[in-house]
Amino acid sequence: MRGKSLRGKMWSCLLLLLLALLLMAAGCGGDAGPDDEAADQGEGEVEESVTILLSTTTSTYDSGLLDYLIPVFTEQTGIEVEILSQGTGQALETGKRGDADVLLVHDRAAELELVEEGFFVDRHDVMYNDYVIVGPAEDPAGVKDVESVVEAFNLISAGGHTFVSRGDDSGTHRKELRLWEEAGVDPAGADWYLPAGQGMGATLTMAHENLAYTLTDRATYVSMKDELELEIVLEGDPALFNQYGIMAVNPEKHPHVKYEQALQFIEFLMSEEGQELISSFQVAGETLFFPGLGI
Amino acid sequence: MSKLLEGILEAFRLIITLDPYLMQIVRLSLQVSGTAIILSTLLGVPLGTWLGMCEERKTRLINKIIYTLMGLPPVVAGLLIYLLLSRQGPLGVLGLLYTPVAMVAAQVALASPIVTGLTMVGIRSRGREVEEAARTLGASPLLTAWTVVRECRFSILGAVVTGFGRVVAEVGAVMIVGGNIEGRTRVMTTAIVLETGKGHYELAIGLGLILLAIYFVINSLLYHFQKEKP
Repeated sequence: MRGKSLRGKMWSCLLLLLLALLLMAAGCGGDAGPDDEAADQGEGEVEESVTILLSTTTSTYDSGLLDYLIPVFTEQTGIEVEILSQGTGQALETGKRGDADVLLVHDRAAELELVEEGFFVDRHDVMYNDYVIVGPAEDPAGVKDVESVVEAFNLISAGGHTFVSRGDDSGTHRKELRLWEEAGVDPAGADWYLPAGQGMGATLTMAHENLAYTLTDRATYVSMKDELELEIVLEGDPALFNQYGIMAVNPEKHPHVKYEQALQFIEFLMSEEGQELISSFQVAGETLFFPGLGI
Repeated sequence: MSKLLEGILEAFRLIITLDPYLMQIVRLSLQVSGTAIILSTLLGVPLGTWLGMCEERKTRLINKIIYTLMGLPPVVAGLLIYLLLSRQGPLGVLGLLYTPVAMVAAQVALASPIVTGLTMVGIRSRGREVEEAARTLGASPLLTAWTVVRECRFSILGAVVTGFGRVVAEVGAVMIVGGNIEGRTRVMTTAIVLETGKGHYELAIGLGLILLAIYFVINSLLYHFQKEKP
């Protein structure tokens, strides 16, 4: 008897659980709320609030730059920007397929080529910074004594010192591969060369854990410096220059993209105000990005 | 070591103060996986019941297919849904990639074979006698089916709970089709990947603890029901 009533309770428990889940699901559907709210806050603006999808690199996202810029843009225009943080290679592919509206990436040669091929329009050199080589403070390879990347990479490879590579076809990874080529070293498959296949933050953490060297953009390194026992062992070589570009997905290729709003975002970043915002962004007292074209 | 301890303390602080970023991620996780498991239940329980009541030798091939799909790796499910929903894919016009809907779709692909398969096994082990009894008492086929489902409800509940546990903890599929967009498609597992990568262990640990707690509740329920099973 007792067992039966208990089972009855179980049964109602299950029903309650399902009901709760259903309610949550309903909440999910009703969650289109933020758009409506934004429209309400639009202070009498008649225009509906629109959301554009920005496909960008892990370096701009992880450093916090976008969290600094986008609220200003949204306040001015009512346009919400959602951020898809991927490696540059994946971001370019996402844009080519028309799965994003606007791209902020750093592989200038590839960007110009894709604009040429008609995938993207309105490309601008929006900002730059530089790459640095970081490694353990003891610097077993002696990279601190040399001044060029070519020498540094040769020291690392000759001594068989562990080097963590992004290995994810990102802008940084592509840069690193070009630098190895310039250094005349083919690291693929070497036992000291670890392709991580992850974002910049995760790669830095891995280098930190393995007491290894790695190539990183300055922004991500500075924003994570406190968590890492890694030091800059080489900087300032002109070969380490890092240009970021911004561009919109070509609406002629993909008519569904929100081209007008994407263009507004590009114009905002290229405006005097946007460029000033970029140069005023600091982490731990260091400026991480410099406006404009830096070549 | 102190880093781990600090992380755990900070994690508890985030949980206790109901940190809005953390709570939003947890809510989205439950919404996505909850919706997915409801759809999988609506799909899997009737199908599993029907298969379970069929003679086993007639459904041998379907059984094998379902058992295979039960082990479908999340990243493969993610890749399939990604290719379907991308602008250049067959369903691209819907513009659903990088939305919670896409994540639900991927999780339904993962959970419904589990619900179907486990329901089928449960029905098969007990359904026959119940079916015969109901038939003898003159029940219509539909009423017979309902009686069988009612009598096997604990195995069915187990199936649903197992499916939920699988999708809420899954990271590969939601990362690919959701894109881990803050405030829109970032769930517990993808947030853990991101925050660990950025070295922000507190949030990652906090989310990990919540996931463990959810798992604990799920398993307690399951254990309880299985003990009840006659």
